[in-house]
Amino acid sequence: MDFVTFLIQVLNGVQYGFTLFLVASGLTLIFGIMGIINLAHGAFYMIGAYICFWLFGITDSLLVAIMAGIPIMFVFGYAIERLAISVLYKRDHLYQVLMTYGLILILNEMQKILWGSDFYSVPIPEVLSGSIPMGNQEYPVYRLFVSLVCMVVAAGMYVVIGKTKLGMMIRAGASNREMVQALGINISRVFAVVFSLGAALAGFSGMIDAPLSSVYPGMGNYILIISFVVIVIGGIGSVKGAFVGAMLVGLADTFGKVLVPEFSSMVIYALMALVLLWRPQGLFGRVT
Amino acid sequence: MKADAPILEVSDMHTHYGASHILHGIDFSVARGECLSLMGRNGMGKTTTIRSIFGLTPPSKGEVRVFGNVVTASAPHVIARQGLGLVPEGREIFANLSVEENLLMTARAGRDGSNNWTLERVLETFPRLAERLSNMGNHLSGGEQQMLAIGRALMTNPDLLVLDEATEGLAPLIRKEIWSVVRRIKETGIATILVDKDVDALLSVSDKCLILVKGTAVFSGSSTELAANPDIHVQHLGV
Repeated sequence: MDFVTFLIQVLNGVQYGFTLFLVASGLTLIFGIMGIINLAHGAFYMIGAYICFWLFGITDSLLVAIMAGIPIMFVFGYAIERLAISVLYKRDHLYQVLMTYGLILILNEMQKILWGSDFYSVPIPEVLSGSIPMGNQEYPVYRLFVSLVCMVVAAGMYVVIGKTKLGMMIRAGASNREMVQALGINISRVFAVVFSLGAALAGFSGMIDAPLSSVYPGMGNYILIISFVVIVIGGIGSVKGAFVGAMLVGLADTFGKVLVPEFSSMVIYALMALVLLWRPQGLFGRVT
Repeated sequence: MKADAPILEVSDMHTHYGASHILHGIDFSVARGECLSLMGRNGMGKTTTIRSIFGLTPPSKGEVRVFGNVVTASAPHVIARQGLGLVPEGREIFANLSVEENLLMTARAGRDGSNNWTLERVLETFPRLAERLSNMGNHLSGGEQQMLAIGRALMTNPDLLVLDEATEGLAPLIRKEIWSVVRRIKETGIATILVDKDVDALLSVSDKCLILVKGTAVFSGSSTELAANPDIHVQHLGV
């Protein structure tokens, strides 16, 4: 592999990793803080992509579609949390798995009723549709743009979680939920905000990804499974872990396809198995 | 809110853990600025009493009133916001937050809007915490964790501070320091409920005492009365 090809694969892996991070960070926060296994998180990614497609059809602008789509996803997540998830906090994981699996079926069916079973595409905006020459090859500007935007979002999350009072409550809630309540903080409101933000992030990931992949039924299923691999590698509940895990999985998957194409579908699971052999709690997981 | 109601009134409080009946009808009250010692050997229901007041293990029967408002069925955060600050057994510091964050996270004005306890004042009270502001909660000594737990509760500007085993497992010098802080807090007019093993220290600081044996109050009276009858506490508290 020459250097240019290597560089392009690194960029592809990082971009895929960022997309995964947006989905996996919500998944890991929702599990780490609220103790909820949300199987419907991948469906949020799909809904985001469809909303982007739908709003693009109306507004003819990807930017406007995404800007309007994010608050829609937030409200959508809030409604799901209040109607379905909030009754599950004191229940066993089995109930959560059943409920959120049921949500996948409902959301997939809703998607079919609203948009049918066809594959759709969302065009890359004109200004970002070019390519940057790299040696004897080219790299699409839109992919770089996606990485850049995701980097900004990740930095924003870092600030919110690391520096704000909401972030303190989120971290404290992950370590000792009962004490947070005993100090006068309404933990169910924190939960609702975290869940809605998680839904908005997953939806945003689907929206920004729509021009790269097509928009199709069940597109959230695969990303859900990969996101679980990411958070298991990173350590469940750790956003830092989700970031490192997403980058590792993104790069391993991309390079696996290039270097060992016949085993590419196995590479990330082999990576997960190796990490778990070395650190059963994941890279940044706490030993319980 | 009734103007002359005590901060806390507990009447005929029964609490179960699953099938086991832990508290069998507890009654007591704490007036403004008053200091109550909750005494008894291990496993007699002191911590359960505190958990029941805060709604963490809700009572199965009876009533808890804060400033005259019934809070028995309320969520823990609603109860705490009536002006109750908890320093729990085992400190329960947020290990993954810095000292400063532990204090700032819960900071709020008191029930009457007063903001007597600020970060500056807490750090003045516990100078050791000022030196360790950026340390994570799990990188503190036991004594520092205890000071942080007290500071964290004070940052909510409570009318009643509940300290469950605040000196447990600490070196004598640190214990002395904690007791002197408890006295200073009491002098500021904050009411307190104290749980501790040190009967002499409790008797010297508290106004009244409640002794629990197997979830029932066997003594309820003033500290001077209990101090004058050493046979009572020897019988129920001695080892």
